[in-house]
Parts: sequence; structure tokens; C-alpha cells
Amino acid sequence: MNKKTTLYLSHLAANAKMIDFAGWEMPLHYGSQVQEHHYVRQDAGVFDVSHMTVVDVTGQEAAVYLRYLLANNVDRLASGKAFYTCMLNNQGGIVDDLIVYQISDNFYRLVVNSATRDKDWVWLNEHAKKYSLTLTERTDFAILAIQGPQVRNKLSALFNAADLQAILDLKRFHAVTIGPLFVARTGYTGEEGFEIILPAEAATALWEKIIAAKIHPCGLGARDTLRLEAGLNLYGADMDETVTPLESNLSWTIAWEPKERDFIGRQALEKQQQSGVQHCLVGLILLEQGVLRNHQKVIVEGVGEGEITSGSFSPTLNKGIALARVPAAIGTECWVEIRGKQHRAKVIKPPFVRQGKNDTVAIA
Amino acid sequence: MNSVPKFLQYSKTHEWVRRDEDILTVGITDHAQTMLGDLVYVELPEPESNLESGQECAVVESVKAAADVYSPVSGEVVEINEALFETPQLINDDPYGKGWLFRVRPYENETAHLLNSEQYSKQVASEAH
Repeated sequence: MNKKTTLYLSHLAANAKMIDFAGWEMPLHYGSQVQEHHYVRQDAGVFDVSHMTVVDVTGQEAAVYLRYLLANNVDRLASGKAFYTCMLNNQGGIVDDLIVYQISDNFYRLVVNSATRDKDWVWLNEHAKKYSLTLTERTDFAILAIQGPQVRNKLSALFNAADLQAILDLKRFHAVTIGPLFVARTGYTGEEGFEIILPAEAATALWEKIIAAKIHPCGLGARDTLRLEAGLNLYGADMDETVTPLESNLSWTIAWEPKERDFIGRQALEKQQQSGVQHCLVGLILLEQGVLRNHQKVIVEGVGEGEITSGSFSPTLNKGIALARVPAAIGTECWVEIRGKQHRAKVIKPPFVRQGKNDTVAIA
Repeated sequence: MNSVPKFLQYSKTHEWVRRDEDILTVGITDHAQTMLGDLVYVELPEPESNLESGQECAVVESVKAAADVYSPVSGEVVEINEALFETPQLINDDPYGKGWLFRVRPYENETAHLLNSEQYSKQVASEAH
């Protein structure tokens, strides 16, 4: 029996096609995945992402613990600020990627993937033993992501003037608490928008207000093509415990300074940094009509082979696009094998699309 | 509920067939396009190529998945729906009309192995369980 979010009945009422996603009954789309993609690029969309796992870390040694647990450094945070980071194993492999919010002194909130919930919970607890802190999984929360260029204009229907101002004043990767709502200017689409964490029992009322504000319901199908166009990795597809952030286009998430900060995986990363990375994660754009798919073979003439880790069709570019793990010595073009035939693809540094626009940068 | 017109014949692999005198038009069913979702790419057989019944002869791809299309009969391809190269979405919008895939001149007039609408509806219903 799959788990259901508190909005399950709202999805059915909105005609959602439901699928099993990591043991959750989630909306794939509400009619047209491509239309929902365009809503988020051009207008505004809302996603129920309550399946994601929220863990609160509280206590005197919360910061000390996270400083050791995460590749990014929580000393960079302050109350109301957040960052994206990886949690690594001793080999530098990625246990999960997550967002960390500092809510106040000695109070942090982690949002980790749902598919990795069980192993993350074990990992978090195992490393927490030495520290004076409490881990609390917040299964009492729902999460709504509202994303798109028109979101800011449509928020006035949802909030009073003072709260609206507080939300509109948020800088990227900042969050504010408004009554029972925790509102963060974050997202997974490459568009402007907010993610709202709130008590599950308040979610249906907010969802209905959001829909009434002409923010369109969007499913996980559109979420996947949006994040791919935005060049954002998906855990389990583009990265896992066998690859490091250096091999996953995530070097920018590692806080090397200060040198004396030890964190899990640091030694392995330093070693890999010194010896040089053999593989990297790049973007591919198919130069002919077609669709790229996960696990298709990538051939780099005279260099070697790689593999597509996330392939799909970009509704914005109207082309097949993908993230692929390839030999680091890849040039500006390569071949992709589709049904036994080789097709030419351009190599780019992700993203493919940023804020609604074609934003591809060729790899030099 | 997806439509299953009575005047068409069907294959177990979700193709439909319409007879116009000695030519058969082939497409994918409403059920198939619903399962696939928004179609974004098609590959069609070469005109004048010869198809065997059951042969993989076309590919339809949605954002979500790629699906093979199997020729419901043996015959020669006499026409393909070139409009689909530009607008694969026609298959979603009008699977039994503008979304047709190709036309075949069958070697034999034998289409008895195909399902009627009732049989096909039953098969779809049984797959859902």
C-alpha cells in the first residue's frame, strides 16, 4: 500500500494521473505534462512535494554535527539562510543531496529525497551519536512548491500586505516563517518561486487558495523536465554513492575552506582533486530530432565512452536533451547510440534553460 | 474512458486498423496514446518498404517513454503521415483521425487475426488489473 500525501484527494479531484514514486502515490500530470512544463516556464505552477523528507536538527551541537556531516559548511549560514549540499560517504560518494536551512541558533532543517529516506535516516542517526542534539523527522508537514515567472504577481491573493512584503523581500536561498508557514525562495525548476513547508492539516486549504490564484497544478513529470532543462541533478539517476561531487558537476557545493574543517569524504575528495577527475557530468543536446533516454551510450571519438544519466525531451528547446557522465577529455560534440544507430549531439555546460530562456553555453 | 470505435479493428499491441477498399490505415489507439502521454517524436517506416505482420516498424516517443509500433498486417507501405514529424501531438489530439501513422497495401486480405472493438476493450480492461 503506497503512502499518500495529505493532498491525495485534491489531486484526484484535479484529474491527476497518479503513479508510484518511491512508495508514494504521486501525481504524474493533470492532463498534459508538456503543458504543465510551459505553465512553469511562462506563467506559474504548483507542485505537491510532500513526499520529500524533512528532518529537524536541534540542540547545542547541531552546527558541529552538520559541519562534519556535510560537504558544504554550515558556518556560512545564518538564521533564515539556506544552501544546497551533498552528504558524502568516506569514499566521497554521494549519500544524498539536500537543502539545509538554518532556522535559528541550534536549529537547522534538512530536506532530503524521499527515495533515500530510510538510508538517510540511518546515516543521520549513526553520525549523530557523538553529539548533543535531537533529530526529528517531520512527517507532520506538507511541502508545496510554487514556481514560475508570474508567481510573485499572484501571491497577493494568498497573503496579507505585511506577509506578502516579507516574502517578496526574500533573497534567493532565504526563508521566513509566517505563522504556521515556512516560506523559502528555493525550487527545482530553474524559475523564480518559493517552497512552502507547512502543517499537513493546513495544506488542502492553501492548495485551494493557490489554485484559485490561477497557479496551475503540475505533476512530477513536468518537474523532471523542468529540473533537467535547469541542469539540476536527480539523485539516483545523475549521482549516487559511486560518484563524487567532482564527477557530478557539483564542485561548487564543496566548501574547501577552512582547511582545518574535517567533513566526511574530505580526504577522498582531496585525493581525487589532486590525481585529476576521469569523468564529468555534462549536458547534451541532440542535433537531430529525437529523444535522449537514460542509459544510452555516449561515444567520444578517440577518447572513450560514457552514459546518459538523465535523458528526455526539452519542451522549451523542442530538442532531445540529457545529462551524461562522460570522459573528462570530451570535446564539443559526441555521438549517442539510439536503437543501434549513432546520432550527433552537442556538449554543453548545464543549464539548458534558465528563467525561461535558452541559456546554453558550449563547453570549450 | 478512452474511445474504441466499433468500425475499426485492433491488434493486441494497441494498434488500430481501418480498411478503405484495398488499403489499410494504421495508428495507435486512444488507450495507447493516453498511457504514453504527450508525444514528441515519431519514426515511421520507409514508404514502399515491406512489412511483416508483427514486425517492429515505427517508434512513438513521449516525454516519458519510447514505444515500438508493430505492423498489424503484412504488406507494402504506400503512404506515411509526414505531418507527424512536425506535430507528433496529432496522435494525442486525434488518434483515430489526423494521428494515423501509415497506410499499407496488404499482401492478403486476411485481417481475421485482428480483434474487434469489443475484444480489444476487454483486453484493455484485463490489463488494468
